[in-house]
Amino acid sequence: MKTCLIVDDSSVIRKVARRIIEDIGYEVDEAEDGREAFEKCTQSMPDAILVDWNMPVMTGLEFVKELRSYIGGESPKILFCTTENDVGHIAMALKAGANEYMMKPFDREIMESKFRDLDQK
Amino acid sequence: MGMQQQTYNAIARFVAQESGIKLSDGKAYMMESRLTPVMSEFGISSFEHLATQLMAATSELRQAVVDAMTTNESFFFRDRTPFDLFSNVMLPRVAEAKRANGQPLRIWCAAAATGQEPYSLAISVLENQTVLDGLDVSILATDISQAALGTAESGRYTQFEVQRGLSAQRLITHFDQEGGAWRVKPHLRELIEFKELNLLKSLHQVGKVDIVFCRNVLIYFDVETKAQVLGNIRKQMSNTGYLMLGAAETLVGVTDHFLPTAEHQNLFQPTS
Repeated sequence: MKTCLIVDDSSVIRKVARRIIEDIGYEVDEAEDGREAFEKCTQSMPDAILVDWNMPVMTGLEFVKELRSYIGGESPKILFCTTENDVGHIAMALKAGANEYMMKPFDREIMESKFRDLDQK
Repeated sequence: MGMQQQTYNAIARFVAQESGIKLSDGKAYMMESRLTPVMSEFGISSFEHLATQLMAATSELRQAVVDAMTTNESFFFRDRTPFDLFSNVMLPRVAEAKRANGQPLRIWCAAAATGQEPYSLAISVLENQTVLDGLDVSILATDISQAALGTAESGRYTQFEVQRGLSAQRLITHFDQEGGAWRVKPHLRELIEFKELNLLKSLHQVGKVDIVFCRNVLIYFDVETKAQVLGNIRKQMSNTGYLMLGAAETLVGVTDHFLPTAEHQNLFQPTS
């Protein structure tokens, strides 16, 4: 089974996202910030990562940059999921190595279509 | 607010006459949910009154009912495959034929609705500039619904709408942010001409076209209407063109104007 790491400091978002992503067919793990996510990745690299932008300890952007420069860290498909909804943030995330970007609020249909697109990338 | 069978039939008959869409029995719920807002807008208190008024309706009321009954939610690059076929099969082959005779390539999106499909086609055109190699390309987007076309022409979508089917890269390449909404950039908008058009009426104003997207429209018509519309579409098409229908649509026993292609069962080429 494919694996997905959900990185968000909100337990509500993690819970909502987990339900949808498990339905899509992933085995899901969670992390509360970028640092915890990075450590989990060094132990076992997931196939996909859903990551928030603003989090304590280490932001989503810092996490993506650090992961992408780590050996093996180029393989996961990374999808941002954040309230940051301007062109500048989207461009910055893609440049840092994210594969896709989703703006909150989202719904199940958007999440499913983003994951379908990730499969093609 | 329930509806009598007789009332349902009368409204369904009106919708069929105006748009060709045949509502099967048991669509009362859909009719109620779509027409209730129209009724409150026009101050009509019951479906019985609506049915009566439609017998001699103002053009505003007729248009509002047609808009409400024909518009469906859409998203960008819907079903994906038609757009892959557009980029990989239709564009390169038609472009080759067009280059040989030096004519511009024309695309017709026959059920443009709120614009997601024509804008997806326009994005694909821009992403295939190498194939097109300077060839002049334009897109005609038509729909029966004035309200839907208004949205399409404005090119303005909510954050929810742009996230349905549009990748983040395509979003920031082809859209500008406008407050909480997103609007297509002029480079995309200027590829498309929008026009109100009823497929049951004359299609002459469409002119000659090479690629036709007519997805999930024929499905609402009966066989005779389908055959008639397809015959009219064929007349507007160049011999080297393509017709893309929806996933559930087949032409077996409907018309001999088109044959399915080897590439895909819903992609057709005109017979000569």
